[in-house]
Amino acid sequence: MASRRQFLKAGAFGGAALLIAGYWAAPAADPEAEAVAGLSWLRPADAQIVMALAPVLLGLAELPVAKVAQGVDQAISGLPLATQEEIRQMFDLLGNRWARRWLAGVRPPWRMAGAMESARFLQRWRESRFALQNSVYQGLHRLIHAGWYGSPASWAALGYQQPAAVMGMLP
Amino acid sequence: MSGKIPDLIRQGLASGWKAMDGAAQRNDLFLSADVAVIGSGAGGGIAAEALSLAGLDVLLLEEGGLHSSSDFRLLEAKAYPELYQESASRQTLDKAITILQGRAVGGSTVVNWTSSFRTPPDTLLWWQENHGLPGLSVEAMRPWFEQAERRLGIGPWLAEPNGNNLVLERGCLALGLRHARIPRNVRGCWNLGYCGMGCPTNAKQSMLVTCIPSALSRGARLLSRARVDRLAADPAGKSISAIEGSFLGADGNTPSGRRFMVRARHVVLAAGAIGTPAILLRSGLADASGQTGRRTFLHPVTLSAALMPERIEPYNGAPQSVYSDHYMHTQPLDGALGFKLEVPPIHPLLASVTFPGFGSEQASLLRQLPHLHATLALMRDGFHPDSRGGEVRLRSDGSPVLDYPLNDVIWDGARRSWLAMAELQFAAGARLAMPLHEAARPASSWRQARAMIEGLPLRALQARLVSAHVMGGMAMGGDPSLSVVDEWGGHWTWRNLTVLDGSIFPTSIGANPQLSVYAFALRGADHLARALARG
Ligand SMILES: Cc1cc2nc3c(=O)[nH]c(=O)nc-3n(C[C@H](O)[C@H](O)[C@H](O)COP(=O)(O)OP(=O)(O)OC[C@H]3O[C@@H](n4cnc5c(N)ncnc54)[C@H](O)[C@@H]3O)c2cc1C
Repeated sequence: MASRRQFLKAGAFGGAALLIAGYWAAPAADPEAEAVAGLSWLRPADAQIVMALAPVLLGLAELPVAKVAQGVDQAISGLPLATQEEIRQMFDLLGNRWARRWLAGVRPPWRMAGAMESARFLQRWRESRFALQNSVYQGLHRLIHAGWYGSPASWAALGYQQPAAVMGMLP
Repeated sequence: MSGKIPDLIRQGLASGWKAMDGAAQRNDLFLSADVAVIGSGAGGGIAAEALSLAGLDVLLLEEGGLHSSSDFRLLEAKAYPELYQESASRQTLDKAITILQGRAVGGSTVVNWTSSFRTPPDTLLWWQENHGLPGLSVEAMRPWFEQAERRLGIGPWLAEPNGNNLVLERGCLALGLRHARIPRNVRGCWNLGYCGMGCPTNAKQSMLVTCIPSALSRGARLLSRARVDRLAADPAGKSISAIEGSFLGADGNTPSGRRFMVRARHVVLAAGAIGTPAILLRSGLADASGQTGRRTFLHPVTLSAALMPERIEPYNGAPQSVYSDHYMHTQPLDGALGFKLEVPPIHPLLASVTFPGFGSEQASLLRQLPHLHATLALMRDGFHPDSRGGEVRLRSDGSPVLDYPLNDVIWDGARRSWLAMAELQFAAGARLAMPLHEAARPASSWRQARAMIEGLPLRALQARLVSAHVMGGMAMGGDPSLSVVDEWGGHWTWRNLTVLDGSIFPTSIGANPQLSVYAFALRGADHLARALARG
């Protein structure tokens, strides 16, 4: 609703002018991403996206984001090769600065993106009429949740624990 | 009790079972057998034992690895890649439905939730009357159910249901809905709640700890991490002449480059309702009726979550012990889709990927995990004239994907089931209830939930749909022009090919399918053993 109101307020001309201005001013490129230790599938630029979106998606401010990236990396490695290729395309799309700016609507490079901006992107793609955007949202949702909640480090906050009696009896 | 839990598989291996790990094969392998069984799940496992008992030389070929109780660490992040197809992330073509299927020695029975129902009488009657299968009466099937029940310890579960199941029971009582307890296939169950990650105590009577060890002890051979790629038919087109496949590496995912070839007098296909048709499609051996891979059913599942005032601990205790068939009988079998109500176990990883929201909303819901309840509705697909299920297709790399289009019949069932589940949850005392749908928000009363559910958009990738019951795709029937196999799983075209898994069902079962798979596989294996004995 908000975005529709903003659009109407800007008016047709204002909107067009913005578009043109935006077209000429190339979106900021992502700075060279630093390598994260312990990743085998994710490239540094992919990990950057995961680490930028994870706190927003998971709703957790204090989050060991490198650990989440490792969890995501592990989750992807277990998927069939055809699915891994789709995920490759997803990261390539989000990592493309034009797509980030004009499709995802995220202005700054992922590493600098504000929580509000990232959340707006996620919500729009979640609700989008386009199946592709829905599935990218769900793909990110799935991978990042699996990457975090697959780790015992996440359990205490949930009040979850494995049954102690049996754990002691495992060989 | 002190000391460690004994590991039946490791003991068996030490005793000299002929079990080979495909990942360890340095060379291509050529083997022969009386009967090669492809897939070691419910159908393949129970058939392997029956055929070994009949004195046949059996070779089991399984894509998944041989994992056993010592490997089962009650850890989702370990279990899903090891024990499930596509790391428990298999999805239909449009990604609308997530499909849980096992991929290990023992197949889906290693990870299933132990609910054990006979095929409902109205389903059998439907097959008798509409699929040319007059022999499949309740009376005729009874001995096969009884045999499977005895073999697998299936019986009433006497322990108190866990909190999650009690909510369902309480809701049914409050609304006057017919409900009952669920029989389970367990012996000496510790009531842990980790069935979905592999049973660490060997209490679940899965194929892994029952029929497969028994077959191996009788000399059957097992080749794991061995993926069958294709079957070759003899030039006359009458029989299957060879089985060809690839060994997988230690990651269980990537082909190692080594291959195998098997010649068998008889071939049993039991790779599950997506795997079995996929093998024939890859082989270019679809049947004359054109039904191979068609009419694949899922019991599409909708879910509704609720926050309860009391502690539920939905991760502890036998996952499924209460069900209600009330909504199976509120309309004709071939009318609007009926649905069965049960509950799922809730563990952090699977719950968090299945719950639709994100951000602090989602986090605050998950933080209340010990108070979380979820109800599920299994929709009975395949009876309504517009419920025709899905179709197995092949990706460019030959791997299978199920195209299951969602239509009005499904959406109508989805909406009715969300309403029924929310009503039930409030009747059971829920503080908040919410259908798993991207546009849903937690409702604090039945009235509020009803209004919200009436307004939910019905489309793919908005509603969260899942399935753990893949059935059909190689339908049995009385008429070769309308079905792929006969009532014993015998293929209409290839005389030495029998299908003994969940793919032979001409509709969905209308109840959790494992006991149906067991009974039909026992019946088919018995028929096959007699035929082979006649020579
Ligand atoms: C999480 C979960 C919970 C469930 N809970 C219940 C329950 O409580 N009650 C119930 O009744 N049912 C339940 N089910 C369903 C039930 O387990 C299945 O319906 C049943 O096991 C199907 O038997 P099947 O023989 O058709 O296939 P499966 O048991 O799935 O076995 C097929 C096997 O074939 C192998 N395979 C596939 N392709 C190939 C290939 N190309 N080469 C070699 N091997 C191959 C697979 O790896 C697999 O091991 C559940 C399933 C899951 C996944």
